[in-house]
Amino acid sequence: MAILDRHKAIETHATLLLVLSFLVVSIGGIVQIAPLFYLENTIEKVEGVRPYSPLELTGRNIYIREGCYVCHSQMIRPMRDEVERYGHYSLAAESMYDHPFQWGSKRTGPDLARVGGRYSDDWHVQHFINPKSVVPESVMPPYAYLLDRMVTPQHIEDLLRTNRTVGVPYTDEMIANARADFLAQADPDRDPSGLLERYPGAQVRNFDGQPGISEMDALIAYLQMLGTLVDFSTFIPDASR
Amino acid sequence: MSAKHDPSRQPGDPETTGHEWDGIREFNNPLPAWWLWIFYATIVWALIYTILYPAWPMLTRATPGVLGYSTRAAVAAEIERFERTNEPWFQRLVDTELAEIEADPDLNRFARSAGAAVFRAHCSQCHGAGAAGVQASGFPNLRDDDWLWGGTIEEIHLTITHGIRNETDPDARWSQMPAFGELLEREEIESLVQYVRRISAQPHDAALAEAGAELFLENCASCHGEDGEGNQALGAPTLNDAIWLYGGSEEAIRHTITYSRWGVMPAFAARLREAEIRAVAAYVHQLGGGQ
Repeated sequence: MAILDRHKAIETHATLLLVLSFLVVSIGGIVQIAPLFYLENTIEKVEGVRPYSPLELTGRNIYIREGCYVCHSQMIRPMRDEVERYGHYSLAAESMYDHPFQWGSKRTGPDLARVGGRYSDDWHVQHFINPKSVVPESVMPPYAYLLDRMVTPQHIEDLLRTNRTVGVPYTDEMIANARADFLAQADPDRDPSGLLERYPGAQVRNFDGQPGISEMDALIAYLQMLGTLVDFSTFIPDASR
Repeated sequence: MSAKHDPSRQPGDPETTGHEWDGIREFNNPLPAWWLWIFYATIVWALIYTILYPAWPMLTRATPGVLGYSTRAAVAAEIERFERTNEPWFQRLVDTELAEIEADPDLNRFARSAGAAVFRAHCSQCHGAGAAGVQASGFPNLRDDDWLWGGTIEEIHLTITHGIRNETDPDARWSQMPAFGELLEREEIESLVQYVRRISAQPHDAALAEAGAELFLENCASCHGEDGEGNQALGAPTLNDAIWLYGGSEEAIRHTITYSRWGVMPAFAARLREAEIRAVAAYVHQLGGGQ
């Protein structure tokens, strides 16, 4: 075993050991990770998935800021009990514009991947003000202050541009109209036609029922669109994926 | 230092590896046979496993594995299996007249447990796990015999199917109470509040209530009835009892009259199949207050 006897040369040379270890680990990493970038079945093409509208994106940032992902997952696994409770299992494409993704890893509260349209806006407002008022056994803390904190589209173009840098296909038109779209989504008095053209299926209304655009509006706009983009009556899953 | 001529070696000691660190040397003991063979076995198993299940990345997709397993196919097959088991019951539910479900003991047992499962997944968030509603929040109690839109199983079925005041179902139940803050003076609203307190047998200001009686006939009676008995065709709640949807305090009644209320329920026709809607209608109807 002459070749094995030579490992002394590596073991007694710290730099060589470091370089060769790195090489071995890199090969392992490349074999696991690189195929994900070219295999066709990593992300299947799914109709209907679009980038978040400015208001939804703002709500999503509030979702991240408040750490909602610590207690809520956004990932319905392909198991019968989850599919029956939450709806169709999640598709990779549904979180393709998430930076970072909000799959979460623990469910203290229920999964939120398809919470959109499941409750009325009123329910959400009441639930955020005091979760125990509608779900007595809930351990979720209250978030009533979201109603008092107003949001402005001050940095919305930057937010969209940042997302574009990491691969979300926001067009120049979307960025140029970001402020108008932000305001139009929560204000029924504005014309939402441009918003709806750029973000099909966006829901337009005064979500929290009070004047002005609060963090509550933004967060509920985000929650009400979760899982609603893909039409599962026409989507046929490829079983081999 | 050569291991063979090591003065510290005792007779019977194994060979050393020849490594030396600051005078410390290492015996070259063989690995335990059981450990070594398990190690070899895991390598063989790993190879077999990658042949059986999806594993090796190829040009466009990974090898599918000779077993052809996929989580998606597995969950589809499992759901399909339960569908097939439930199918005859679902079919019977759809074929049976709503009012006759209760008379068929086997079908009723199925309907109630299936309905309870649907209720827990889709209804309990607003109406409460025990269906007692949320007091003073506009989410009605379903256990009592006070019904906004009717408490027969047919009416309950219709409400669940199309919902109330939602924008997604054109057949949703619909009615709208005006916000009287824009129509009446502040004092008029105050006397109406006292009148509603009077007909619901609560403490009230008698003089103001008397003044409110006529206002009530003019503005409220067309929906809520002359005596405040309500009207289920319009979803107008009964006002002359002690059951309140949004609260019976002066403050709550004042808010209701001034700003109106707008209780919304989603249409479940798009989320649940007909048999599930029938099951949960039977469940709610039999909670105790069904008519």
